[in-house]
Amino acid sequence: MIRINARLDIKGPNLVKGVSLEGLRVLGTPQEFARRYYEQGADAIFYMDTVASLYGRNNLVEIVQQTAKEIFIPLNVGGGVRSLEDIYTLLRAGADKVAINTAAIHHSELLKEGIMHFGSQSIVLSVEAKQRAPGKYECLTDNGRQRTGVDVFEWVAKAEDLGVGEILLTSVDQDGTGRGFDLELIRRVTERVSIPVIASGGAGCMAHVRQAIEEGGADAVACASLFHYEVAKKAWQCIHPTDIGQLKAHLAEKGIPCRGV
Amino acid sequence: MPRGLTPKITIVDYGLSNLFSVEHAFKHLGARVVVSSDPKEILKAEKLVIPGVAVFGEAMFQLSRRQLVEPILKHIRSGRFLLGICLGMQILFTFGEEFGLHEGLGVFQGKVVPLRPEASRGYEHYKIPNIGWHCLMIPSSRKTWTGTLLEDLEPQEALYFIHSFVPVFEEPSIVVAQMQWGERCYGVALQKENIFGVQFHPEKSGKQGLQILNRFLDL
Repeated sequence: MIRINARLDIKGPNLVKGVSLEGLRVLGTPQEFARRYYEQGADAIFYMDTVASLYGRNNLVEIVQQTAKEIFIPLNVGGGVRSLEDIYTLLRAGADKVAINTAAIHHSELLKEGIMHFGSQSIVLSVEAKQRAPGKYECLTDNGRQRTGVDVFEWVAKAEDLGVGEILLTSVDQDGTGRGFDLELIRRVTERVSIPVIASGGAGCMAHVRQAIEEGGADAVACASLFHYEVAKKAWQCIHPTDIGQLKAHLAEKGIPCRGV
Repeated sequence: MPRGLTPKITIVDYGLSNLFSVEHAFKHLGARVVVSSDPKEILKAEKLVIPGVAVFGEAMFQLSRRQLVEPILKHIRSGRFLLGICLGMQILFTFGEEFGLHEGLGVFQGKVVPLRPEASRGYEHYKIPNIGWHCLMIPSSRKTWTGTLLEDLEPQEALYFIHSFVPVFEEPSIVVAQMQWGERCYGVALQKENIFGVQFHPEKSGKQGLQILNRFLDL
């Protein structure tokens, strides 16, 4: 079954949402949104700390603990994970998987050691992809703030060789715009690796999610704006907010199997 | 089934996995929960849970290092209930093949081997690790799930899996549920006398998972 995940970007105690990872608006608290998504039938929750690498702090632990006490679906956490100690702390706080981007690009041994110690199913590689030229995509780090010169497709292949279990692929260009996923980006990554790929960034309506699956070949999607603006009952750009139950029903009608439908 | 005394669950802490979710799932269901790596605490357990998302060899190393192997085996021999979740079920077997060959607890004959990837069929992708929700099937040797931890489960209710390895059962009679994955069918839940095991994560499977844990509490 295709997994429908909710992605919650966090800054301090707040759920935030930006466009292309910038211009963050506060929408509420992560815990209240996560609970709504659990009730709506989300297959997993992603908590991404948007400023951890910038300020050198990890403040997610408390939020993770509070959430894990109430919602009984997978909780995956990323942002500022820099060491085995960080991974351990988050797993012990109730996270099921830890998503790593910045530290993995700078020190790929962290990935390798994390996998050896905690298993490949505990580590998700988070990739922030920015298009530089037709067909050329660069990895960004620090929640879209830093360039690396690293090619996305080479990086994902290398990470798979290191034993990474799954990839969270975010299109920086499309994120928060509601203009649709970057299908070329998704397709090229799903063709390059044989591990599951979660597509993120750009969903503005249910049809976009279908495209990510049908044309991109994604194994799962992680949507933010699409779901947040339904819960928050706010209008934003060209997003047509939807709740998770509605989305799953729509996908199932189109022949895409989803849990709970 | 109405409960008399508050049921007590002891969760084995061997230093690796997310214990928090298992602990809170049982607390949410009204149990008193002890999380411990102390062999004396394990010996006092009424019902024991071995959780696990980690690596087979590392798990066995940590259990041995903390002198938890004997207390777990004593608990089993005494007839008290035990639930192994994911890796916690896998280590009940004789051997595991993750990053080399490692001995398990040897409670059940069989080896834990890698899942083999299968070709995708439409939107059913069979990649390794197997991360996702799957429905279970009743094995042909049983007719129902009555009398098992899965008694409340509706066939269309999926459970959450995340693993790259599966046990190969040498005693098929202990298999309580199967999962169809690609061309193959795997045993993903076991029950023998006082011992229960599930490959999926009931603490991560929403309402249907909590019901399974609740059945364990009610034993």
